[in-house]
Amino acid sequence: MTSGLSRRFLLLAALAGIAGFGCKDSKSSGSSGSASTPNGPASSEIVVGHYGSLTGNTAHFGQDTDKAIRLAIDEVNAAGGVLGKKVRLVTLDDRGDSAEAANAVTRLIDVEKAVTIIGEVASSLSLAGGRVAQRRQVPMISPSSTNPKVTQVGDYIFRVCFLDPFQGKVMADFAQDTLKFKRVAILRDVKNDYSIGLADAFKAAFTARGGTIPVEQSYSAGDTDFSAQITAIKSADVQGLYVPGYYSEVGTIARTAQRLGLKVPLMGGDGWDAPDLFKIGGDALNGSFYSNHFAPDAATAKSQKFVSDFKAKYGQEPTGLGALGYDAAGVLFEAIRASGKTDPAGIREALTHVKNFEGVSGTITINANRDADKSAVIVAIEGGKGKYRATVAP
Amino acid sequence: MSEFLQQVVNGLSLGSIYALIALGYTMVYGILKLINFAHGEVFMVGAYAGYYSAGWLGVNGYEASGAGFPLLLALVVLCFAMGSVALLGVTIEALAYRPVRSAPRLTPLITAIGVSLFLQNAAMLVFSPNPRRYPAILSEVRFEVGGVILTNIKLAIFGVAMVLMLGLYLLVHRTWTGRAMRALSMNADAARLMGIDVNATIRATFAIGSALAAAGGILFGLDQITINPLMGVLTGLKAFVAAVLGGIGNIPGALIGGLLIGLAEQLTAGYLSPDYRDAITFVILILMLLVKPEGLLGIVRQEKV
Amino acid sequence: MSDAGPGLAAPPPPIPPLPDPPARPRWGLRALVALGMIGGLALLRLGLEAVLIEYAQRIMMLAGINVILAVSLNLINGTTGQFSIGHAGFMAIGAYAAAFLGTHLAPAAAALFGSGMLADAVTFNLALVFGALLAGLSGLCVGLPSLRLRGDYLAIVTLGFGEIIRISFNNAQFLGAATGYFGDSPAGLPAYTNLFWVLLWVVIVIIVTWNITFSQTGRSLAAIREDEIAAEAMATPTTRLKVLAFSFSAAGAGIAGGLFAHMQAGIRPEDFKFDKSIDMIVMIIVGGLGSVSGAAFGGVFVAVSLELMRDLHEYRLVLYALLLIVIMLVRPEGILGTRELPSIVRGLWQRAGARGASSGGAER
Repeated sequence: MTSGLSRRFLLLAALAGIAGFGCKDSKSSGSSGSASTPNGPASSEIVVGHYGSLTGNTAHFGQDTDKAIRLAIDEVNAAGGVLGKKVRLVTLDDRGDSAEAANAVTRLIDVEKAVTIIGEVASSLSLAGGRVAQRRQVPMISPSSTNPKVTQVGDYIFRVCFLDPFQGKVMADFAQDTLKFKRVAILRDVKNDYSIGLADAFKAAFTARGGTIPVEQSYSAGDTDFSAQITAIKSADVQGLYVPGYYSEVGTIARTAQRLGLKVPLMGGDGWDAPDLFKIGGDALNGSFYSNHFAPDAATAKSQKFVSDFKAKYGQEPTGLGALGYDAAGVLFEAIRASGKTDPAGIREALTHVKNFEGVSGTITINANRDADKSAVIVAIEGGKGKYRATVAP
Repeated sequence: MSEFLQQVVNGLSLGSIYALIALGYTMVYGILKLINFAHGEVFMVGAYAGYYSAGWLGVNGYEASGAGFPLLLALVVLCFAMGSVALLGVTIEALAYRPVRSAPRLTPLITAIGVSLFLQNAAMLVFSPNPRRYPAILSEVRFEVGGVILTNIKLAIFGVAMVLMLGLYLLVHRTWTGRAMRALSMNADAARLMGIDVNATIRATFAIGSALAAAGGILFGLDQITINPLMGVLTGLKAFVAAVLGGIGNIPGALIGGLLIGLAEQLTAGYLSPDYRDAITFVILILMLLVKPEGLLGIVRQEKV
Repeated sequence: MSDAGPGLAAPPPPIPPLPDPPARPRWGLRALVALGMIGGLALLRLGLEAVLIEYAQRIMMLAGINVILAVSLNLINGTTGQFSIGHAGFMAIGAYAAAFLGTHLAPAAAALFGSGMLADAVTFNLALVFGALLAGLSGLCVGLPSLRLRGDYLAIVTLGFGEIIRISFNNAQFLGAATGYFGDSPAGLPAYTNLFWVLLWVVIVIIVTWNITFSQTGRSLAAIREDEIAAEAMATPTTRLKVLAFSFSAAGAGIAGGLFAHMQAGIRPEDFKFDKSIDMIVMIIVGGLGSVSGAAFGGVFVAVSLELMRDLHEYRLVLYALLLIVIMLVRPEGILGTRELPSIVRGLWQRAGARGASSGGAER
């Protein structure tokens, strides 16, 4: 009986603690939920919030992005900060859950007093968090969400990656013009709106130029067995296979295709870009192509330095997601420096003026839709490595 | 036709792995009437045990040099994985299941779910969530037979699964431990009265079931190329359905159930749509439990009041 | 004086007056109380919104939704003892149904009522009720065949149904499939949910569930839990009651789903996977299987503890799982067991009184 009582008191105490913690502090005035900016420009540090999937089954996406953002912030702080102020990163985990994403952004704004938010990788989570950011008028920069809807949420939402429609068209044109393909199969990840968007864009662009898609198959992120799909694709007569998924499955798909004797080139998007792709896919990937932000051998000095710094700090090579996270932070710092403003409204305004920013994932210009105008690069895989093939401007 | 045969071959090899895992479920349920939710995670740990032990024995060096990993070392990896995971299974039983053995049925069910969640998340912490490429403990050799592509790995899966199941059958029907297991599953109190060491028998059951799952894990990794900490969740569930399909508590039933589920999954993915490959398992489960809850080979147990 | 002759008996006793007829329920009074409560909740909401930061408000709303989930699930898992671990599927059905209807009703409501609070309130509550009905109907469909099974098998079948529901939503193109349903506008689903509606529905669900639990029906359900065969021998319509309880708890989960959907920009099938069912189980286990107030505590506990553990974000889920195991090993009946809050408070009061009396006076 006593243990039950004391446990209950503990719970009540915890609830009281939460209530106290949740109460507004007397300094901030005004009602809740309104568009009051949580902190003023007088604070001595710049708080940047990052929300991502650090746990759950897409944990490696959030973790990769976070490591790169952290690297960018550490570098900038070591060089004296931005406008003389230190940058502080607060990262919150959303567990890959959309309710948690909204919670995380709300907490970043209310409790941590972030002036800008970076996030998320998954478009649906960016939509969930973006709505909160828009309502509270705190700018949000998505590093890797490629669904067009994300920036349509409002004028406080930005991104530094290119969109699905553009990327899909890039590969469709390459398949038609360079590879001279007329019949291509598509294997998409239905659990992943990035993959669905890219597949749809490719299909639209490819068929608009007279190509056909004789067979379309699908899988779910996390699947390991693709023999059924490859077997079905093999019996159709195709010249190529477009697999706009993430590296974690693409490697296995390539091997399965090799094992089952499907001898056509594979094509894909920037989701392929990770060192693990080659570890898993091995020589099964030779002769394949993917669109990306940069090619490893045509990389600029800046991106090469990024790769070596990342490796030195974390003991692993960065993925494409990491490069985009690094650039999201970089674009933010650039905007702050150029405008001299550190309040959310000022930063938002400054972000709209970012032009030709030299990032590690390419040259970024923020356009009128708050999307990034960026060139894409076609990478060919030969001898177990990526080699630059062509550049496609938007 | 060759496409159909290919799907069948793929289904049977996947099904053999399900069968290996299903054996663990069926044995534990037969004796303890407990659905060991954590069994899928045990399978996953087995795969990782194989991954790491192969690494320690230098599998990457062998692969790079072109000479395959020696068969002897492959057996060492298998034994290490099976042994260490058997230890894990026994530990789980001692820490989490034995204290609640006499509690109403719901309690151990919840505990099992808790252990499963714990292992999944601990594995994500320890092993990192990134998928890893499975080392070539067996280097893959492909050959084509009548339009159907077979690999030595698929044959190894059949072979190892058959050997292990034969071994299990002999153990259950020809040894004292097996006899004790059978007695316990029929009537625990009578078995106790006959002097059977209940705890030791249960420990042995968990150890054997876990070892089989570990073997399944290594074979899975070889066939599916990558492993990740959450690989046991869905696979474990499907293996459980396989055990129910065959008749839970029934060992040959687990084999048949596993093969059937593997076939159903591949054929659904190939001919209906890959989106439903997971759903078909649950549909089979529900149909099974509504039409013949005791399973294909199970016997109807009357409930005494 | 008995001057009458022999043979005359004493006068018969006077006929006692008839007892008063039982009071008819005073509906007028009840309506007044209800209105008062609604008014009180509205005031409470305004007060809370003035005092708490948005983050805390969100957590409170999520806690309220959890309470609805837990209290509903408790009806079938705790009171009736039929273990369902796939309830996230019903929450999903409620969420999608409410979101879908809400999106399609909104223009009609705006035409009828103008674009203000009244139109929103009408649309929202109609959507919620629709979601609950659909979820309850699905509960009926799932429960009818499944509730013949016992114990572990029922658990697995409900798990299977939960997954089938999720996979179906994953493939439903008109509901957004895996990307999710975001309504018609790019800003997502309208944010109807606020503290008032959450609190109101929490109160409604708790009152209804409480009344069911402590009625004759509730006693029959408890009888089914204790010994189903004996209950059946006593002519309890076990199948009908089990299915009704199941549908009811599914409807409750549907309400929670509808409330949840309108807090978000959109809903995805991923939001309703098996993990959510596990969260619901943890809620009722922590609070005590079979206790309505325990379920309420459990719901709040899960929402709050997850946030409290945020700083340990890497270890959060591991600790969560450990918590589940430890509770099962150490105190499987949860915090409140099957007792309810009023009886606990009364017990405390009586014990405090008795202690005071015996210490002050001599032994009686």
